[in-house]
Amino acid sequence: MARVVVNVPAEAKKGEVIEIRTLAGHPMETGFRRTQLGELIPRDIIRSLVCSYNGVEVFRAELHPAMAANPLLSFTTVATESGTLEFRWSGDNGFSVTEKASIKVV
Amino acid sequence: MISRRHFLLLTGVAVAAPVEAQLPPNIAEIRKAALQEAIGKVVGNAQVRKGRVKLDIPPLIDNGNAVPVTVEVESPMTQADHVKAIHLFTERNPQPYVFTAHLGPRAGKAHVATRARIADSGDVVAIAQMSDGSFWQENVRVIVTLSACLEEGLI
Amino acid sequence: MLVAAGVAAAEIPLAERKSGYEFMSRETRAMQDDEVTGPAVLTLLDGEALWGKLGCAACHANMKGVAARYPAMVGGKLTTLEQQVRHKAPQLGYESRDLLALTAYVARQSKGMPIEIDEKNKSHLEAGKAFFFKRQGQLNLACSQCHDDNWGKKLAGTPIPQAHPTGYPLYRLEWQSVGSITRRFRNCLTGMRAELLPHGAPELVDLELYLMWRARGMTMDAPAVRP
Repeated sequence: MARVVVNVPAEAKKGEVIEIRTLAGHPMETGFRRTQLGELIPRDIIRSLVCSYNGVEVFRAELHPAMAANPLLSFTTVATESGTLEFRWSGDNGFSVTEKASIKVV
Repeated sequence: MISRRHFLLLTGVAVAAPVEAQLPPNIAEIRKAALQEAIGKVVGNAQVRKGRVKLDIPPLIDNGNAVPVTVEVESPMTQADHVKAIHLFTERNPQPYVFTAHLGPRAGKAHVATRARIADSGDVVAIAQMSDGSFWQENVRVIVTLSACLEEGLI
Repeated sequence: MLVAAGVAAAEIPLAERKSGYEFMSRETRAMQDDEVTGPAVLTLLDGEALWGKLGCAACHANMKGVAARYPAMVGGKLTTLEQQVRHKAPQLGYESRDLLALTAYVARQSKGMPIEIDEKNKSHLEAGKAFFFKRQGQLNLACSQCHDDNWGKKLAGTPIPQAHPTGYPLYRLEWQSVGSITRRFRNCLTGMRAELLPHGAPELVDLELYLMWRARGMTMDAPAVRP
């Protein structure tokens, strides 16, 4: 089952500011909803997304229940050198997904 | 004839019920205070100035479950002068935090976009934390409408 | 506000028909147009994976234009797209995540193509049309009263669309997931306080046929995003 989508340009010029778009499949259960019997449905959300560029952290986001289901995060980074961007989502109940994307910087 | 409620229990379907029925009458004040407290935790005693932050969110929202939000901050994003973090808050949600994005000079541009949940009409606040210790904000008042013909949890 | 009983409801002239897309806000439309990170994208990817896993390609080269021709007669029975998608995978329940993903993937292949439903299944079409114009439920309301007579006006702050099924299965922001047209019908029936027909009910299959015929020639845009 598809868990995450990562959109990184395959190629960029050195120094160019590139846009990265990510999407993660997750219900982001807020912890504020109740069943028809009144029982609280426990919180189950992605709590963080970290993006590293050749091992160096370039972006980090802390997420809260007010993020929509199937959370989208779009941000920018400078294309410094060719290599790998690594994305790591982690959250409640041991949720942990890693995805990589390559970039060629000319 | 099996009632729908009994049927849902049997199938183990967790169905969300509106939370509003159980809330205290001064809930608006409670949430406003929670928002101020959350902002206080981020900025401490520093003064938060209006400006430099552009919060792009539709003023009239079709459905509060997924609201596109973009925050951009004017900044050269150099080592000496950059945005350290962008914080997003709401006034009327059960808790005020939406996200905190940690940036830095490697970002090139201070730009974060996402989709948020906005429970009710009220303020949405974006605060930029700068490398020089200053804080800037923009505040947008939104109206949240509800779609027609709903039934909680009905499949 | 609503048309008094006894006055014939006017059908929408063909040239005035608009997809629900045109009634949405700019931001909701942008979510539908986002082919990379839109809310339905993961469901499409799941559908593509299931297409491979279930071996559909063994018989089917591609599904271009298929969704634009359903509901259709299969083996003498009027069949919806979901029902046909299940034909070799009956273990997939109605409105299950897998069936929705597979149906969305199939429907996506018809994006940009015109709906092709003609009048050959006359008795089903008439039954569907009768259902659309029939007053029902505690509010004594007919579908036509909102969707033919009052489209474009607001119901509790939300614009009333013309009810063309060009975008199904779709991501309804309210559901926080992709869902079928039958789920949407059941939401409407509940809103109207009318009898809640189950998935697969023949009345709803006939209704879907009528709505697709009413939208004949309009462009498919599944999977859509709606509030």
